[in-house]
Amino acid sequence: MAGDAALVTQVVEQFGRDRGRLMDIARALHAKLGCLTEDTIGDVADALGMRRVQVRDMVSFYAFFSRRPKGKTVIRLCDAVPERMKGAEEVARAFEEALGIKVGETTPDGAITIEHAPCIGLSDQAPGALIGATPVTNLTPADAPKIVQALQDGKDIATLPQAEVDLNLRKPGPVIFAPMERGTAIRAAVNRKPEEVIAEMNKSRLRGRGGAGFPTAMKWDFCRKAKGNARYLICNADEGEPGTFKDRVILTECPDLLFEGMTVAGYALGAKEGLLYLRGEYEYLLPHLDQVLAKRRHLGLLGKNIVGCEGFDFDIRIQLGAGAYICGEESALIESLEGKRGAPRDRPPFPVQKGYKNQPTSVNNVETLCCAARVLEMGGDWFAAMGTRDSTGTKLLSVSGDCKHPGVYELEYGITVEKLLEMVGAEDAQAVQVGGPSGQCVAPKDFGRSISFEDLPTGGSIIVFGPKRDLLECMRQFIEFFVEESCGWCVPCRVGTTILSKQLAKILDGRGTRADVQEMEKVANTVKTMSRCGLGQTAANPILSTLRSFPGLYEARLKKDDFVPPFDLKAALAEGCAITGKQPVLED
Amino acid sequence: MAKPLVATGFFTGCFGCHMSFLDIDERIIDLVELIEFDKSPINDIKEFTRPVDIGIIEGGVSNEENVEFLREFRKHCKILIAIGSCAITGGVPSMRNTVPLKECLEEAYLNGPTIQNDGIIPNDPDIPTMLDKVYPCHEVVKIDYFLPGCPPSADTLWAALVALLQGKEVALPYELVKYD
Repeated sequence: MAGDAALVTQVVEQFGRDRGRLMDIARALHAKLGCLTEDTIGDVADALGMRRVQVRDMVSFYAFFSRRPKGKTVIRLCDAVPERMKGAEEVARAFEEALGIKVGETTPDGAITIEHAPCIGLSDQAPGALIGATPVTNLTPADAPKIVQALQDGKDIATLPQAEVDLNLRKPGPVIFAPMERGTAIRAAVNRKPEEVIAEMNKSRLRGRGGAGFPTAMKWDFCRKAKGNARYLICNADEGEPGTFKDRVILTECPDLLFEGMTVAGYALGAKEGLLYLRGEYEYLLPHLDQVLAKRRHLGLLGKNIVGCEGFDFDIRIQLGAGAYICGEESALIESLEGKRGAPRDRPPFPVQKGYKNQPTSVNNVETLCCAARVLEMGGDWFAAMGTRDSTGTKLLSVSGDCKHPGVYELEYGITVEKLLEMVGAEDAQAVQVGGPSGQCVAPKDFGRSISFEDLPTGGSIIVFGPKRDLLECMRQFIEFFVEESCGWCVPCRVGTTILSKQLAKILDGRGTRADVQEMEKVANTVKTMSRCGLGQTAANPILSTLRSFPGLYEARLKKDDFVPPFDLKAALAEGCAITGKQPVLED
Repeated sequence: MAKPLVATGFFTGCFGCHMSFLDIDERIIDLVELIEFDKSPINDIKEFTRPVDIGIIEGGVSNEENVEFLREFRKHCKILIAIGSCAITGGVPSMRNTVPLKECLEEAYLNGPTIQNDGIIPNDPDIPTMLDKVYPCHEVVKIDYFLPGCPPSADTLWAALVALLQGKEVALPYELVKYD
């Protein structure tokens, strides 16, 4: 292991022995070594002057870090609900067959590992997978042996026909996808005082696009006024809500607009450094983003004295994540940026008071920052004229599931679900999941409701369920997702989600009673009200919203009995009988 | 009017909840006035003699005999109360749930450091067959009330029992159900 120790030292040096860059150090070592063993963890801890448990704590948290050797190539098969709707399970079986191993295993020659992954941002071209960092899309079972063959022949995966990511931008709108000349918004900003920039933002009444809808101008104002030695701007590009892929399209199609918005925000906040937290699943977008950043530095749009404005220094660093849904939560994201496990912080203090490195920090969604750039270019009034009273501007919707035209739509706020369904070719939908698993399952009687903060808010995920879909089974899969992604810090979320998953499975098995439904609702409300962060607070939504909107679906599966035990005597005795050679005495 | 009948039973646990119950001290004299015991280790009556009003059980369900007796309790008791961590969650015995039963038995009877010569995994017909895991009581039969604690204090048990006997809803003050 001496060779590894030398490598560890070299990588740690490369990141300036900075503990805050542990994420990058771990990523770099993982890429080189294929895993992070206890020995490597110890070496890293020594080199950084940290305790081994601190490093292990961080490494064990992220899905992309393995502590056991994995195959040289890892195939991550997305098993999010929209993918399963399009046959992801059959594709997984085909890969298992082609490789002779099960999901979660590695081929005996150590070449290939297959595993499941939650949403990788390709639900509009499902089923998708990541082979290493390379995405493959629209998979069918027939593709599996071909991809395996190509890997065995040592071909470059990026050259395969399946390694094609469609843009699927179905409806570009005036805010995000209209053209803009580089530097326009920045020049508009630096011609005013930072306070005036915030005032313009205030006029636009722009609200955060991640889903919670906090007024952006207010956030910037709080951050600007908070006491600190430095201020930071963070762009949250960790879109992990299953069925969301709008940021993928922005980062592919108009990264310049995003960087423009980040720079404007930097000016307004008085920040010198901006950080783009890019989800690990989007690593394949990184080279292009780096190029765009280099180009902007070259043009004087980043760096020192930006656009000739004396003293306006600002630059952007991209931080890659390593596969954790919870890091989309802003305080967890900050922890992750600081090189720690992505566990949410207690609030207050809020990030605008004490965020990154304990300094005032504004965390904004990718789409929000794009809107901000446009507000500076076109004016707050222009922006506020679109949408509804409390939801100005447009919203990017990522539409997936049972519809004819999945993809990204830029639409004015206030559009009804019904109109949207018409547009995407899904008039026969039995239900629509607005806002992903953590959002609401909307029934046809509510299709007249509108996508907006005042009615149906969403970070962008819209999953359509066609008439033949087993809706409650989809809800069970949503709950399963939360079980996987709970950070484990608080009991209501860690334990509650697992209990909910078992309770729902029992009902779907046809063994549930009315009392079970009541009990499940009770647990769901406990999880909702007692969890520490947004993940737990919304994890029960799939159950709570279908109990409200589709009580009949539950009713139809219930048994009339007062009590049906979840306990299965025969199954529980099978192993004991096999070991001792005895027969069961009791009958069921 | 006949005194209410109470039965108590224990499954897989440490018997600590029953010991805690005995900790009601002099109130045991009041208890005799209030109730009559049927099947219980306290009077050593082994079988139910008739239907009873309240059943109190401690311990989780780890073998076939536990299942049988728990079902007996449900059949005979109008109200069934699960007390203590083991009955409610499986408790300490359920720590084996993370290890497959075969491995547990092999470690105990074949490969453990205290095994001399060749061990054997007990398979006598008189020994109840173990379940794959330790289950909480409410997964096997319907349970009406839960009294948490390891063990629940004598005051908690007393308060709950008296409330039930008086036909009142069991409402325990915070002090009786806080455990830190």
